[in-house]
Amino acid sequence: MGPDVAAPAPNQQPAMRGPGIAFILKKSFISAFVALILFSLMIGIRTLPSESGQLTYITRFPQLAAMVAIVFGGSIIVELLRQWWGPVDTLRIVPPQVQTGLGIARRLLAPMLLIFTFLVPVIFYDQRYILDLAILVLTYVMLGWGLNVVVGLAGLLDLGYVAFYAVGAYSYALLATTFGLGFWECLPLAGLLAACWGVMLGFPVLRLRGDYLAIVTLAFGEIIRLVIINWQSLTGGPNGISGIPRPTFFGIPLTPGENGLAAKLGIDFSPTHRIVFLFYVILALALLTNWVTIRLRRLPIGRAWEALREDEVACRALGINTTTTKLTAFATGAMFGGFAGAFFATRQGFISPESFTFQESALVLAIVVLGGMGSQLGVALSALAMIGGFELFRGFDQYRMLVFGIAMVLLMIWRPRGLIGHRAPSVFLEQSRAISSDLVKEGHG
Amino acid sequence: MSAPSATPLLAIRGLRASYGKVEALKGVDLVIKPGEIVTLIGANGAGKSTLMMTIFGKPRARAGQIEFDGRDITGAATHDIARMRIAQSPEGRRIFPRMSVAENLQMGADATNSNDADRTVSLERVLTLFPRLKERMTQRGGTLSGGEQQMLAIGRALMSRPRLLMLDEPSLGLAPLIARQIFDAIRILNREDGLTVLVVEQNANHALRLAHRGYVMVNGLITLSGTGTELLARPEIRAAYLEGGRKT
Repeated sequence: MGPDVAAPAPNQQPAMRGPGIAFILKKSFISAFVALILFSLMIGIRTLPSESGQLTYITRFPQLAAMVAIVFGGSIIVELLRQWWGPVDTLRIVPPQVQTGLGIARRLLAPMLLIFTFLVPVIFYDQRYILDLAILVLTYVMLGWGLNVVVGLAGLLDLGYVAFYAVGAYSYALLATTFGLGFWECLPLAGLLAACWGVMLGFPVLRLRGDYLAIVTLAFGEIIRLVIINWQSLTGGPNGISGIPRPTFFGIPLTPGENGLAAKLGIDFSPTHRIVFLFYVILALALLTNWVTIRLRRLPIGRAWEALREDEVACRALGINTTTTKLTAFATGAMFGGFAGAFFATRQGFISPESFTFQESALVLAIVVLGGMGSQLGVALSALAMIGGFELFRGFDQYRMLVFGIAMVLLMIWRPRGLIGHRAPSVFLEQSRAISSDLVKEGHG
Repeated sequence: MSAPSATPLLAIRGLRASYGKVEALKGVDLVIKPGEIVTLIGANGAGKSTLMMTIFGKPRARAGQIEFDGRDITGAATHDIARMRIAQSPEGRRIFPRMSVAENLQMGADATNSNDADRTVSLERVLTLFPRLKERMTQRGGTLSGGEQQMLAIGRALMSRPRLLMLDEPSLGLAPLIARQIFDAIRILNREDGLTVLVVEQNANHALRLAHRGYVMVNGLITLSGTGTELLARPEIRAAYLEGGRKT
């Protein structure tokens, strides 16, 4: 079947398009053929008990044909998608115009997304549900970016990231409810405390790698949660902490009273103001995380993180202090987790250990892995897809996990390095280009 | 070429080191004078790489002394030793495969806190020495050929402007022609920059021709030493390392 299809290659651009199309058709034919064999008995023939009690059968050829056609068409689409997304060196059947268009779209994706995010409260001002969802997504974007430092850049598999989220949340909740400190004073403290815990986790696991590291961090996450549950006198145990103060706009509360922001600005009070304010707070925090990560990547410490992920032995051979490198990665990631935790506490107004289970760690880790380890945009997109997707499929509660499971499997088959697996270089050639250009003059004479 | 009267740059006395209970170095004495190329040859498992790594602080020395430029560095931390400008190109090259060539090179300068001016000078030197890397600056390290990776590993070590360069099996797995290029580069570095080099090699023939002096290591002990030509002429060296295998 295959060679016959391959022979009459299309006339236009025979070198580029011919073999690609033939290949796809061949593959689809094979898939359809397999489907035909497979479904001929399953769908094509159906057994029924006849009136006399004997088993008879009816044929259902139209259904069978439809099924085979679906498989045929589906595998063509799948193959085409693969060409689109696949590795760089594969032969592409997609016309170059579309490819350059996609390239431009890809480059514009991040700025467009950012602009859109800024406008979300304007566009969806009346839709409380969407605003809440957007805040949730941004919280996970921030957590993903924070964990990305540890897992994506430094390559240290951390399954207990939720511990730092919890430390941040409880730091703010306790400082605010016992000492009456405000959100903005507590935010750096929460980050600092989480960073300290990051270092505390870092010390015992300095010698561990891979699976062993994952197990210890997993245990660490559980220890923090169990301590919170059992240290009733401090944390309120399973009852959690309630009455956590809401954030203020530089000291001005967002309340309906005389001193509230609305009254001061001379506008009518609306509870949406607070939601919008929270939205921009988490957006700012997330962008701060992103900015710091991007800056750090270009500094020796960020480079050392990535080198550590690549080859620890080589790092040591270069005289890189692997101890401080690992500890700073843990501390930086934990700090952002702590910020996110403090935000979570102030948004909810109530926290309990139930919010900090292993499932959260797993979810954040899945976001990082699916997004493409180390890619900032990829993490943001996968947070949007995971959290937004969860909400989207809320109606089909039973199938939601199934859909996500399938989506994850497919993604790992096609994009094993994550949505955006491409790693952007952090050293640019401005400085070296100047050198190399005059070297070219000397060297290549 | 070498300055025989000068005080040694690296002096090792009675060095012992072990992995757990297995003693890998059983009292090694070795001296490298400034401006020398010294080679350390020996069979697999003789302790050559261990000696190099012990100089670099890991594994720690059990006994004995390592002195660099008159200062005792026995038991110092690896990153402190690197900061005294001892650089190492580890066995098996071990470049960072997903990082670009430019980033790989920058990594070499990071550990020693070099400033930008120093980096520029070092980079220029590395790129004149290995012009091939210049064409590959934006490429990922893992996509380079074996020879280019070795050049990158040496270049990366040179980025810290070392006073002592230690190379572990630079010719390992390379085609003879490429291996010769690498050895030529070492020779140029020594002649033009006065760089002191310690080369650990199994390729005794090449290494002894390159080096001013050589040490032969057997089972964690130095059994022979002498100038390169002396050692090349010794019948036991010829038998053990040169004619035992295939002649090249």
